[in-house]
Amino acid sequence: MLELRNIYKYYNPGTVNEMCLFRDFNLRVEEGEFVSVVGSNGSGKTSMLNIICGSIPVESGQVFIGNKDITREKEHRRNERIGRVYQNPAVGTCPTMTILENMSLADNKGKIYGFRRGTNKTRISYYRELLAQLKLGLEDKLEAKVGSLSGGQRQAMALVMSTMTPIEFLILDEHTAALDPKTAELIMELTDSIVKEKNLTAIMVTHNLRYAMESGNRLLMMHQGEVILDKKGAEKSGMTVENVLGLFNEISIECGN
Amino acid sequence: MDFVISIVEQGLIYGILALGVYITYKILDFPDLTVDGSFPLGGAVTAFLLTRGISSYLSLLAAFLAGALAGICTGLIHVKCRVRDLLSGIIMMTALWSINLYIAGTANVPLFSQETIFKNGMLEKIFPERLQGYSTLLIILVLTLISKFLLDAYLQTKSGYLLRAVGDNAALVISLAKEQGNVKIIGLALANGLVSLAGSIFCQEERVFEISMGTGAIVIGLASVIIGTSIFRKLTLLKATSAVVVGSVIYKACVAVALKNFEPQAMKLITSVLFLVILVVSVERRKKVKTDAGA
Repeated sequence: MLELRNIYKYYNPGTVNEMCLFRDFNLRVEEGEFVSVVGSNGSGKTSMLNIICGSIPVESGQVFIGNKDITREKEHRRNERIGRVYQNPAVGTCPTMTILENMSLADNKGKIYGFRRGTNKTRISYYRELLAQLKLGLEDKLEAKVGSLSGGQRQAMALVMSTMTPIEFLILDEHTAALDPKTAELIMELTDSIVKEKNLTAIMVTHNLRYAMESGNRLLMMHQGEVILDKKGAEKSGMTVENVLGLFNEISIECGN
Repeated sequence: MDFVISIVEQGLIYGILALGVYITYKILDFPDLTVDGSFPLGGAVTAFLLTRGISSYLSLLAAFLAGALAGICTGLIHVKCRVRDLLSGIIMMTALWSINLYIAGTANVPLFSQETIFKNGMLEKIFPERLQGYSTLLIILVLTLISKFLLDAYLQTKSGYLLRAVGDNAALVISLAKEQGNVKIIGLALANGLVSLAGSIFCQEERVFEISMGTGAIVIGLASVIIGTSIFRKLTLLKATSAVVVGSVIYKACVAVALKNFEPQAMKLITSVLFLVILVVSVERRKKVKTDAGA
């Protein structure tokens, strides 16, 4: 279970540009939920993910995982239980290292990075298997530098790497936005199967309404730091892209766009 | 012939320094000016130990550890006090000037009568008569190769992987649930350990400790790294660490040839002009400036 309680978040506090994003924001995500989050630019989607992961501080309020308050916990400590894939495919991998080295790095998450050999030879066949699932031919290029791969290939690797070790939460920050439609489709299929297979609790921010409708079992729509739509299970299944788009237009008119 | 041997000797000693600079500049992407202080630090520690009759081999280890400590300090200043990377190095470099004076006692310590790694009872027994002239070169070569292979081996460990990752993509290290600051501190410790080791060897080879021996060390290191990595970029067979050592020898040769045709006063001028030429010629550097300027 993941919970945000009474979150207050200001940008540029104490200046003329002070902007209040979250005012008493609350969200509770139950175990096993796959939440799709949509919303206009500046509605606070990515900020919400950053607050969950500890990438940005909050003015007040608490973040809970289970019954444990992790508000003061540093970002890298939180990442022991959280896997995250970013919009930019470059963030999830190391470009100057080979595919094999990247996989080895990710495989060691949660353990000590000591003076043992960086790559465990007995794990290579397992890495090949994981990469083969991607159907991108990466399993035959283990010695290639990741920097020479395309954005889609790197994003697929980032997804595999972030979910390789046991984690509880998967945070997806517009992870298909920088990809072409075909690769995006592939990454989405992969995401769905990984979340199901590993039984992860996932939060996915996306601008693609179809992905938001098709994937996951809960839908959130955010606007100006508030959740304006929250549909779970059967209620969500009943919604269509047209419904959501209609709602989108309403809030846009309110804003005078 | 002596001219060539002395160039190779100097080049290989500075090659160890260049390995250290390679870690900070290339792997960590950290412009570390501590080098100007940690190079003479190795010399000062060596002078301190040798004049007290302690084994010259032990002084190599002590120099490495002292350098590592200096690197850790730079790292702590940068990571814990949140001082910018360049300034952290400058602070440590400045502090080390005084620290080196404290350790060595004076600004100039001659080591002519002391046993060094190049001149001691044991060596005279090991080396046959006709190889005596090359013993210094051979010892330096062995030390440089050991440093290089140990660094290569380290970079293939899990800890080494993490070090390479932190300069490449710090966000990934955080995703792997590791504090990136600690990884940087380890890298700086290792780098300055190597630099200080080079300082110790240099000081034993020259048989004198000079407080100003570190002035411009960072320029030599950077030039070696950039020459090495840009000339041998296409050759994948040659490891970057080997390329850096060869780069150092090439750089020393360039400076030596230039100095033959100029007065000694011109040395620093030649050094800086040469460095500029290397920077301008190396395409890779230009690319980096462009992306930096773009961002």
